Amino acid sequence: MITVENLSKRYGSTVAVDHIDFTAEAGRVTGFLGPNGAGKSTTMRMMVGLTKPTTGTATIAGRRFADLPNPGLDVGVMLDASAQHAGRTGREILTIAAWTTGVPGRRVEEMLDLVSLSPTEADRRVGSYSLGMRQRLGLATALIGNPRVLVLDEPANGLDPAGIRWMRDLLRDFADGGGTVLLSSHLLREVEVIADDIVMIGRGRIVCQGSKADLLRGVGSVARATDTRALRAALHAAGMDTTVSDDGSVATDGEPERIGQVAFAAGVVLTELRHTEGGLEDMFLELTADHQREGKNRERKAA
Amino acid sequence: MTTTTAAVTGVHEQHRPVPGIPLGRVVRVELRKMFNTRSGFWLMASLVIVGVLATVGTILFAPDDQLTHNTFAAAIGFPMTIVLPIIAILSITGEWSQRTGLTTFTLVPHRGRVLLAKTVSSVLVGVGAMLVALVVGVVGNVVGTAITGTDLVWDLSAAQFGTIVIGSLLCLLTGTMLGMLLRSSPAALVTYFVMTLVLPTLFGILATNQPDFVDVQPWVDAELARSFLFEGPPQGEQWAQVAVTAVLWLVLPALVGLRAVLRSEVK
Repeated sequence: MITVENLSKRYGSTVAVDHIDFTAEAGRVTGFLGPNGAGKSTTMRMMVGLTKPTTGTATIAGRRFADLPNPGLDVGVMLDASAQHAGRTGREILTIAAWTTGVPGRRVEEMLDLVSLSPTEADRRVGSYSLGMRQRLGLATALIGNPRVLVLDEPANGLDPAGIRWMRDLLRDFADGGGTVLLSSHLLREVEVIADDIVMIGRGRIVCQGSKADLLRGVGSVARATDTRALRAALHAAGMDTTVSDDGSVATDGEPERIGQVAFAAGVVLTELRHTEGGLEDMFLELTADHQREGKNRERKAA
Repeated sequence: MTTTTAAVTGVHEQHRPVPGIPLGRVVRVELRKMFNTRSGFWLMASLVIVGVLATVGTILFAPDDQLTHNTFAAAIGFPMTIVLPIIAILSITGEWSQRTGLTTFTLVPHRGRVLLAKTVSSVLVGVGAMLVALVVGVVGNVVGTAITGTDLVWDLSAAQFGTIVIGSLLCLLTGTMLGMLLRSSPAALVTYFVMTLVLPTLFGILATNQPDFVDVQPWVDAELARSFLFEGPPQGEQWAQVAVTAVLWLVLPALVGLRAVLRSEVK
């Protein structure tokens, strides 16, 4: 489990991270979502002791990162897959990590196998790697000490769709085995696909957090009936506003249970009844609109 | 015992009872990192190549009566004072210039320890290189005098070799210091050559124009003080001058650099 408490970072008059609190639970993949420059990377650097926080703490299972005797065995970290010496081979990078953490040398081959880097690729210098290959190598480095916690900054960046699916399965297995995964992304789709929990950040502040299921579920419901007009009449009579879309579905702000009761009482046959899908995307855009560069243009257009 | 620790630190999950990372292991890793990049490999190879070239050059161009062990040692030792600091600089600045520090400092989240390991491994390479130079010098002396038919002269005393090693290590550690202070390969390399080539010239000009400065120079000119080490064991006051210039140009800036590394943000 990763616990972040009251964490903030100030550079002169700029506040990069503004007193944030959240936890990434064991057994779950937590997506750290936000537009570029929202403070995700700064937060992750503070978690692993590369940046000194202005206030607050981050702990891994109750311990500060710097207090871990051999961090590579507890936490796998990948903050930037491109941050590698271009003149070093992939295999050497893994060997160095294996030596440092003190794990047996065979872990190097196992990890290469796990992330599907062929022996030929492993003996090439990282300078010639594609971004996707670097991400695989970075993940192999993070996993070499067989840690229980993973901290990954933009791990899906540069992966092709098959690569993203592969990573999703790998992280899913890791979490299902009781591991904690915290991964950041500025792309909503990635997080939506991989994460169980979502922490959304904008301009250094947490905008919302919760399970993906809760965040996805919007307010209100959508219903469809054999007799649309009768359903609307019954809902209006019950004091609810409705809007009907072209395909005949009726949207209201009432909860599905209430709609069901009204329809039942009025003898209207429902053919469909469900929660409104919030659409994480709408939420992401809405919640971060004023934090994004694009936001300004939109406001100007609206005005 | 275990329960007490858990209670004190408030651990909820079970941490594996792992030992910390011993310094020897970090040194071994840092040594490997010096060799396992393309640039690192050729830099190390250049130590040997330069040594051999210097030996051949001495045999070809030095007057026959000067083909002594001392001449060979000096010919090989000089290029070492250029290559060794470069090795020491790149060992440190690479973590920033190549951004490998993101991995290094998360696997070992104690930067002072990493820097200590880097310093130790640089010194090990330096001492190793000096021993190679000694052997190459011996071979050069034997082969050289055999070719020219002159007498073998062993005029390099153990004490003299010792002070040459100290002088070379001071050069190397100056590289370590600059790496910590500047954390950028080009900046540290340029500064090293300014310190060893430009600065002594300026001190020399100053000494020529200001007769009063002549007495002060050995106390502030690190390059001049180091030359006492290379040209045979220093005498009395010269040791003090070596020490004073080392504090001024090495120890103090190294402390500033150490502080900077410990406080800086690794991105």
